[in-house]
Amino acid sequence: MRPIIKILEEDMKEKVVLEAMEILEEIGFFVENNEAVDILQNAGINVDTETQKAFIPRDLVKKSLKTAPQSISLYNREGDLVSELGGDNICFDPGSAALNVLDKETNEIRAAITKDFVDFTKVVDQLEHIHAQSTAITCSDVPEKISDRYRLLIALIYSKKPIVTGTFVKESFEVMKDMLVTVRGSEEELRRKPLAIFDACPSPPLKWSDLTCQSIIDCAKYGIPSEFVSMPMTGATAPVTILGSIVQHAAETLAGLVITQIVSPGAPVIWGGSPAAFDMRKGTMYLASVDTILMDLGYVEIGKYLNLPTHAYLGMSDAKILDSQAGFETGMGSLLAGIKGVNMISGAGMMNFESTQSIQKVVIDNEIAGMTYKFVKGITQRDEPIAKNLLKEFDKKTHLLSHDHTLKWFREELYLPSTVVDRSTNEEWINKGRKSTGQRTKERVEKLLSKYPGAALEKDDIENLIDIMKYEKIDFHKLLNL
Amino acid sequence: MVILIIEKEYKEAILNGNISLAESLASKAINDNLEINLVIDQFSEAIREAGDLFEEGEFFLPELMRSAEAMKAAMTILEPKIMENKEDRYLGKVVIGTIEGDIHDIGKTLVAAIMSAEGFEVFDLGADVPVDKFIDKAEEVGAQLICISALLTTTMVGQKRLIDNLKERKIRNKYKILIGGAPVSRKWVEEIGADGSAENAVSAVKLAKKLLE
Repeated sequence: MRPIIKILEEDMKEKVVLEAMEILEEIGFFVENNEAVDILQNAGINVDTETQKAFIPRDLVKKSLKTAPQSISLYNREGDLVSELGGDNICFDPGSAALNVLDKETNEIRAAITKDFVDFTKVVDQLEHIHAQSTAITCSDVPEKISDRYRLLIALIYSKKPIVTGTFVKESFEVMKDMLVTVRGSEEELRRKPLAIFDACPSPPLKWSDLTCQSIIDCAKYGIPSEFVSMPMTGATAPVTILGSIVQHAAETLAGLVITQIVSPGAPVIWGGSPAAFDMRKGTMYLASVDTILMDLGYVEIGKYLNLPTHAYLGMSDAKILDSQAGFETGMGSLLAGIKGVNMISGAGMMNFESTQSIQKVVIDNEIAGMTYKFVKGITQRDEPIAKNLLKEFDKKTHLLSHDHTLKWFREELYLPSTVVDRSTNEEWINKGRKSTGQRTKERVEKLLSKYPGAALEKDDIENLIDIMKYEKIDFHKLLNL
Repeated sequence: MVILIIEKEYKEAILNGNISLAESLASKAINDNLEINLVIDQFSEAIREAGDLFEEGEFFLPELMRSAEAMKAAMTILEPKIMENKEDRYLGKVVIGTIEGDIHDIGKTLVAAIMSAEGFEVFDLGADVPVDKFIDKAEEVGAQLICISALLTTTMVGQKRLIDNLKERKIRNKYKILIGGAPVSRKWVEEIGADGSAENAVSAVKLAKKLLE
């Protein structure tokens, strides 16, 4: 059976959703975007034009919940199904939009450039347990105005995997959508086989900014999945109680959901988030804390209660180097997210309050993802009787190591890690140079980079994408070494 | 062309750990009166490939062990022919076992299987073997190599006792001694005056070959 974890009692889930609906009805939420205001008003919703607050009746929320799809299928560049985001299925993708990288040569955090994201994408493309890419790194060597779409360009050229992305400026949506259409073939095909998910983060408390409103409206029009990433911070921009923050998360997320379902009933949306436990000593937003994990699993349970696909920023660390904190925070978050059945688990590679990506860590986190997949499969009975017949044979044998039964099942029954995980004896470890996780991972990264088969996208498609990207006098061929 | 296909079969038998195929290929070689050395070379090449695959991380212990067993099965059938030709294909004679007080068997059995597969004549005494039995067997068969396994820190001293015993009998230099087991370190090898230890079965066999060169 699949291992399970439960966070909230059934009647508590009902209570959370009910209170979130009351909040939207009585307190309302802030809408910064004019198109969104029009859309809401045309749907008969009361919007106070002075305060830009919209008040949503609960019946409309309930109606919107009925039209939002229960699952979303995600396809790779080739059109093959990668993951069905629904039920308790899981899929991992790297944490997105890091401004910095942890340099694998110097072990220092520095601003990211094009090569960092190109290499990162090439490595993630080959990781067997991380099934989606994200536009994980924001490159500082292109103008800020195009840095969102530039990440998508790189991800599309260097990887076949579906992509979790998002806009930083409203104008980018059109460009990014055109790139996706180019790769997929047509708008209709893109709608039928989603290749990318767009993240949209409401601002706590209860605010949908101009940019994020636009993103979810545009996505809804084209059938591109929107991933709502509500981010309450306990005791700072949200109630300090974890349950209070979960209610706020639900209200913010339901507001987004209603907008999309008015624009296009049936528009694909994901009940996601990145809440944070506010650190009461440092004033930092602690994203990998045990409280954050609890809050994430709690709101995901609400999403599941509402029959929606779910997402969480889990399986990452706030450490600054590849130390044991980096490992234990990531391990705890990933495994728990896996058991909960969070459909899209974002965070691999990420460190330092979602600001720093590490090409080494993403390789380590791939192992954690692999172990998580293994764990959630649970324990299966393979034989009848379970063990008796094999144990009988021990009369004749001293071991089962080369037994047919062992050969048949060992790869399925036991997780076989890559060289990143050390399982040597102390002596062997010493003989092989006393290598740390970081050193072993650096070697694997270098091996993967040298093994990368080359951009699989057709040359014509690359040219088309670069044509769509056209911006001032930037030479994308030169930047990307094409 | 025919040879090519057969070569592929030898490889398949060993790398897939297909014991019955390995046996039937060996029997066929004898019935068809094939040049026995060439046949053994084919099998040997396959078992070396299994070792390489293991070291590269592609193969795991069950597969390595099974390949070694398939090799051993073929060699058992070919053995009378080798004797008949009076050709000594063996790389050397090895006495191997787990020291007394210790019933851990797997590591030792794996080393024995790979050694045998690679062309050593292996006398596997099993587990919980008294010191005297190791020495008596080695003297009896005229072994060049003694391999002593110990998985427990408490039984590891048996490895030292065996070497001390050889010294007392003034026959230490007749043998190369390899020791193995999780607690064995380089320091321990030096301390008790063994000739070496290795980190896995494949490198143990490589080391054995080197020592007997």
